[in-house]
Amino acid sequence: MKTFLLRRFLAIVPLILAVTFITQVLLIASPGDYFSTLSESPSMTPERLEFLRAKYHLDTENVFIRYWYWLSGVLTGDFGYSFKYQTSVWSLIGDRILNTLLLAVGALLISWGLAIPLGILSAVKKDSIVDRLAGGLSFVGLSIPSVFFSLLMVLFAAKTGLFPVGGLHDQVYWDFMTPWQKFVDVIWHLFLPATVLGTIGMAQYMRQMRAEMIETLSQDYIRTAKAKGLSLRTVLFRHALGNAINPLITLFGFSFAYLLSGAFITEFVFAWPGMGRLTVDALIIKDEPLVMASIVMVTVMLVAGNLLADILLAAVDPRIRLE
Amino acid sequence: MPSNATSIESPPDGSGMPSGSASAVVNRTPWQILWLKLERNRVAMAAMWLLVLLYALAVFADFISPYSYDAQDAKRSFHPPHLLGRIHVVDEQGNWGRPFVYGSKLANVYDKEYSEDRSAKYPIRLLAEGSEYRLLWFIPMKTHLFGVDEPARLYLFGGDQFGRDILSRILYGGRISLSVGIVGIAISTSIGMLVGGIAGYFGGAVDFGLMRLVELILALPSLYLILVLRQSFGANMSSTQLYLIIILILSFIGWASIARVIRGMVLSIKEQEYVIAAQALGFSRMWIVLRHILPNTLSFVIVTATLSVPFYILGEVALSFLGVGVQEPEASWGNMLQAAQNLRYLTDYSWILTPGVFIFLAVMAWNVFGDGLRDAADPRTER
Repeated sequence: MKTFLLRRFLAIVPLILAVTFITQVLLIASPGDYFSTLSESPSMTPERLEFLRAKYHLDTENVFIRYWYWLSGVLTGDFGYSFKYQTSVWSLIGDRILNTLLLAVGALLISWGLAIPLGILSAVKKDSIVDRLAGGLSFVGLSIPSVFFSLLMVLFAAKTGLFPVGGLHDQVYWDFMTPWQKFVDVIWHLFLPATVLGTIGMAQYMRQMRAEMIETLSQDYIRTAKAKGLSLRTVLFRHALGNAINPLITLFGFSFAYLLSGAFITEFVFAWPGMGRLTVDALIIKDEPLVMASIVMVTVMLVAGNLLADILLAAVDPRIRLE
Repeated sequence: MPSNATSIESPPDGSGMPSGSASAVVNRTPWQILWLKLERNRVAMAAMWLLVLLYALAVFADFISPYSYDAQDAKRSFHPPHLLGRIHVVDEQGNWGRPFVYGSKLANVYDKEYSEDRSAKYPIRLLAEGSEYRLLWFIPMKTHLFGVDEPARLYLFGGDQFGRDILSRILYGGRISLSVGIVGIAISTSIGMLVGGIAGYFGGAVDFGLMRLVELILALPSLYLILVLRQSFGANMSSTQLYLIIILILSFIGWASIARVIRGMVLSIKEQEYVIAAQALGFSRMWIVLRHILPNTLSFVIVTATLSVPFYILGEVALSFLGVGVQEPEASWGNMLQAAQNLRYLTDYSWILTPGVFIFLAVMAWNVFGDGLRDAADPRTER
């Protein structure tokens, strides 16, 4: 287990180096830099512009030199300062990561909470009305674009007033709330975006769960268990579920990757202050330190998700040993 | 693994086959079997016809749409949809006749409320004269499928903030949003097959290098990579350039997963006897990959390609929605939804969400059709 973890952690390093290097190449390939937009302002003299570019090492087109400046900073724990906000990138990214993770966890809870019972139900009642309805629902969930679904939900929130139309928490009363009220308020704001992401993810897991469960229920040991006179509940939950759920745990890693990308649009529509919005804005104005740090964090989160899936799988399935 | 493209003696589906007489045995190629199985899947066939319809609408967009995608009308900003109770068949005298609309008056400038001006009727004409266009990009024509006479204007699905007809923009937008999927899949599948074939057959350092590249692309959250790639091209570009760049970027992400699976298939195919025979005959390695190995992966590739078309459609939608894809006044299903980011537009003029319905239909149809295709191509399903 220890060597496994160590090896996986070591494997992250070249991945992050490659990803950040490619990002740096692409940033340099794009025309202009952050200060090109500032050059139009009357208070900006060419000398000052040159000074700023030199200060942030934007005066060279050489990828290796630029990348080295960034990397040497990172190696000493300094990810740099955002050009736009003039604060350290960590102070910007820290909260955003938590918000994105909160959204991802909320979405995962909803999708798994729906997918597993629905998947089991449609497998047990195969080809029944319930199965067909769930199958149709999963196709809808699989096909509905997150842009459209998010906008529909915002429309729903605005028309009914049952839910807030966006944001992380209440803007006006937030400072006067007790911790419990704050918690409720955030959950209330989280509900719609998490539902959008959760429903979209749910479809895939449900189909998988159903297929695995049907496969497992046709096994000999299930027939034996039934023949012994065990109740359906015992057969399903003690004998079948544990075997059927393994492939879903592998999917967990993928789903995390999906959520990071899928959350992008949903964050945008719901004005959820997560990584997505920050990264898009940083990319558009070429706030390089912020872009680089975001890319690093997203990659780390992705790898962590896959790692978590592997560890979970080993915990659930005794046949798997991590070495 | 489906067998290669040689005809087989007896059809494995065994359906409707008169048994006994040897002359009744029909030789069917795997493609014919696939089609027969697909034909029996009614849901998949419905999806296929929906796709045919959507693509036909896009190809004949200029004929079917009453207006051009950029025909503005500042006096009819956010005109409500005529389909919502504004098409009449009974006039004031209570006579039934052909469907007509009334002209509209702006009753409230601020809220964009329109009332019907009952002084004149405008019948909806079939094959009405309108703006000039080139049918199928070369036949100059002025006839549109339907329309109303000036000064009235028809907004079946409503109008956007510039008074442009949303239906017309959806039809024109379909040209972009729907073709992205087809062109993108053609590019990424070709790259994926080639890279996967080379990596699998050549092996060694080539294989190692290519597969690390594939893993790198797959390890990244795709939308982040797409956006970084998009930004590296800069902002000032013509709409044609942008369209090509969107396709290139999406294909660049999309080939990796195909290449990985193809490589796995090639690893097993290359041990088969006919490949060894081809090697003994002295064919070059590239020839063997292209001519003998890759054709064997084709049924898998077609299914995968069909199922991944939605990725390209949704990718274009996402980019255009975020404002870095197809730019105004050009229409695409993604950039039409941009207006809905304004909460007031979204709640007061909800019909601007209509393009979302079309995205949903197209993606759903591709998914259902691809699913049916997969079932049909799977030799284990003998339905």
